[in-house]
Formats: sequence, C-alpha cells, structure tokens
Amino acid sequence: MEQVKKGWEMAEVAQKVAADIPDASYVNLGIGIPEMVAGFVPEGRELIYHTENGLLGMGPTPVPGHEDPELINAGKKCVTAIPGASFFHHADSFMMIRGGHIDYCVLGAFQVSQEGDLANWSTGETNAIPAVGGAMDLVAGVKNIFVITQHTTKTGEPKIVQQCTYPLTGKQVVTRIYTNYAIIDIRDKKLYIRELAPGIEMEFLQQVTGAPLHQD
Amino acid sequence: MVNKTVASAADAVADIYDGATILIGGFGEAGSPIELIHALIDQGAKDLTVVSNNTGSGQVGLAALIANRQVRKMICSFPKSANSVVFPELYTRGEIELELVPQGTLAERIRCGGAGIPAFYTPTSVNTPLAEGKEIRHFNGNPYVMEYAIRGDFALVKSLKADRYGNLVYHKTARNFNPVMCTAATTTIVQAKHLVEVGSLDPETVITPGIFVQRVLEVTHPMEESVLVAENRRYPWNR
Repeated sequence: MEQVKKGWEMAEVAQKVAADIPDASYVNLGIGIPEMVAGFVPEGRELIYHTENGLLGMGPTPVPGHEDPELINAGKKCVTAIPGASFFHHADSFMMIRGGHIDYCVLGAFQVSQEGDLANWSTGETNAIPAVGGAMDLVAGVKNIFVITQHTTKTGEPKIVQQCTYPLTGKQVVTRIYTNYAIIDIRDKKLYIRELAPGIEMEFLQQVTGAPLHQD
Repeated sequence: MVNKTVASAADAVADIYDGATILIGGFGEAGSPIELIHALIDQGAKDLTVVSNNTGSGQVGLAALIANRQVRKMICSFPKSANSVVFPELYTRGEIELELVPQGTLAERIRCGGAGIPAFYTPTSVNTPLAEGKEIRHFNGNPYVMEYAIRGDFALVKSLKADRYGNLVYHKTARNFNPVMCTAATTTIVQAKHLVEVGSLDPETVITPGIFVQRVLEVTHPMEESVLVAENRRYPWNR
C-alpha cells in the first residue's frame, strides 16, 4: 500500500509554535524539542528568552571555541547572552516565573489531560530517580503554557488523555497543545481542534487521542 | 580591622562539623565551589545534609563528596543530569536520602531562610505529589502550599571577585543560587577567583554585600568540573 505523508515533522510543529508567540514576548523554552522553537521566530519579531538559571536575553549556541562553562542554559548547555541581556540570582529568576512576569512557556509532555493537567517530570516508576527542576514553578506562574509533543508515545499510546496516569506537574495549566498531527486548544476543560496537519482526518485524530475532541 | 580572608582551603572549612547542614552553590558546574568541596572531603566531616540544585557529575566536586559517604541527605531539585552517576547509584540502593524540591521553591526557601521568614505559601506543586502532607491554604480563592525556610550551618559559595569585607561580584550564570545561599548560612565561606582591594568594587555593582559573608579564600585558577569529568578524574586524586 502506498504510504501517504501524514502530519508535520517536529521542526514544522516548532515553526507553528513560533508563529503564535507575539512580538516582544518574554519566553521560557523547556529542554529538548521546545528549544527548536527559537530557530523559527518570524522576521521582524523580537522575543526575549528567559532561562531559569539566571539569564534574560539568552542568545544562540556559541561558535565553537567561544564556549564559557559559566554561561549556560537550564539544560546546562553553553549559550550566549544577547546585547541587552541581564544576569540575576535564582530567587529573582523564579520571581519572574512565579510572579507572572513571563508571557509564554513551551514545554514537553508525557501526558496532557483534556482539562489541561500536565505530567512531564516523572513516570512514577519505582526505580527512577525523581527530578523536577523548574517545571512545577513554570506551570504555576507563566501566563500561557504551550505543550509541544508527538501526538502519541513511541508505542502508539495517546499522550492526550482524559486523566493523566503519571504524577502531575500542575493541574489545569496547559492552554494549547502542538503535535505532529494537530494544534489543539484547551478551553473550559475541553479539547478544541484549532488546526489539522496535512493528511490527518478528524476520525483518525480521535482514534489516537484519549479524550473527546471538539470543533468550534 | 575587618578582614575575612583566610590563607587556605583547609583553614576555610576546618570547623565544619559532623551532622551540619551545608548550602552549596552552583547550577551544574557553573558556580560550584569545587576547591572548597575538595577541602571538605580532605577534612572529613560526615553525616551532612547538603542543599544544592544538583548532585554533581563524574567523581569530582559534589559527586566526590557524596561518593566519600559524607552526605546523609540531599535537598535538591534535579538530582540526575548528564554524567551524574554517584548519587543515582546510592539512591537506588537506599543509601542516601533525598528531599526533592521544585527549583523555585528551593530558591525561595533559602531566600526566606536568609530573610528571617520561617515559612511561606506558594502556588508551585499544588495538586502534585510534592505537596502531599503539606498544609494547603486558600488566598483569593486559590490554593497554595506552605513551605518552610531553609537555613544552613555553612554555605560554600563561588564568586568572581571578592574584597576583604566579603563584598562579592559573580560571573554570568555562575551566580545562580550563590547570592541567596550567602544570606542563609551561619558561616558563609567563599572562594573567589580574584581577591581585590577594598574600594575597587563599584558599590553600585556589588551583588552580595559583605555582611552576608564570613570567610573569603582566593582561588585564582579554579578547576573546571567538566574538564575533570572528561578526563575521568576522581577526587581524592586518582592517576
């Protein structure tokens, strides 16, 4: 049977996220796939990136040979500081987060519920080393929480579910989900399809989603 | 005369006692006071509670302190990271305690410890396993969890510059937890890359005022943890 291309590549999804973040926003990008968003900011838009380890105005990866191990991002990778950047200590950094001063945060997810509950820090396995970092502070304080993720797990299980089975990062915090199949808004504890990726039918999307989808 | 400088790393950590709570600055290797930590390994105090964002990497610095079995309990937000082997092994075997704290809550608990505020309410971790067993109180209709302040008996801190009054300036994202930790310990011990003359730091740019600092050690060429890890070095030094 001929394989038809279904959905977006994750780079395209990152581009979709970048297109939805308004000019002059203060933005925190989670570790991993969310970091790709910075590469797709439309021309003419200026975003200021916050990294919770104490830098506002994070710039791109340094050119080889110019790394400074004391200039890093939350993922502990070397970064640069743009002109106009500022450094601050951890309590001030989380004052920006918890105090509602950051406009957008883009995070990865293990699971998102139809009500916007997010699970992205622990799979609850008994032998795993629990590690939370700043995720719970970000979802508690940032105005808009976007999730960028594959629509299903590697084994094809839905990541968008009625209720999260993994330990929560926060309750009713996610406002929009970007996946390789669709963009979905969460309003009034319900999932609303905002955009379908090429080749994705409504019926198929519902099959791979663990909670009812709605259309405006 | 106010002179907080000490002559050696051994002198700086000499009175750290068994069972002490120690705040250790740094986010990964950035801002981690590796020479002071190694001096603490030589000194040998044990049964320590260590408050630090991570648990170190490889077999040097904080990871080496843990490997040397001097740490009873870690209070941190992210105990595993790339090249972090010592803590995960001991934790899996049930041989070290862990208190997992969201990163912003950790910073604020330390800030409050320095500010004379015994506890506070925060929205972070509400409705998650990390709020279980803690007091929840509603303000303006929203739930908040009560968290207690953290204070240390000692703080180990790294700065770029210091003067003999203890005024400090940091380097880029190596600042991280260091300034709040300075405020929250009975005895704050600093390793500074440059010890400078009193009066040479612009008062407008001092980040940690000297009142929060008790001891200053100049370490002109601090080792880089990532380089040591890449070379597979182990403290006490292997060959």
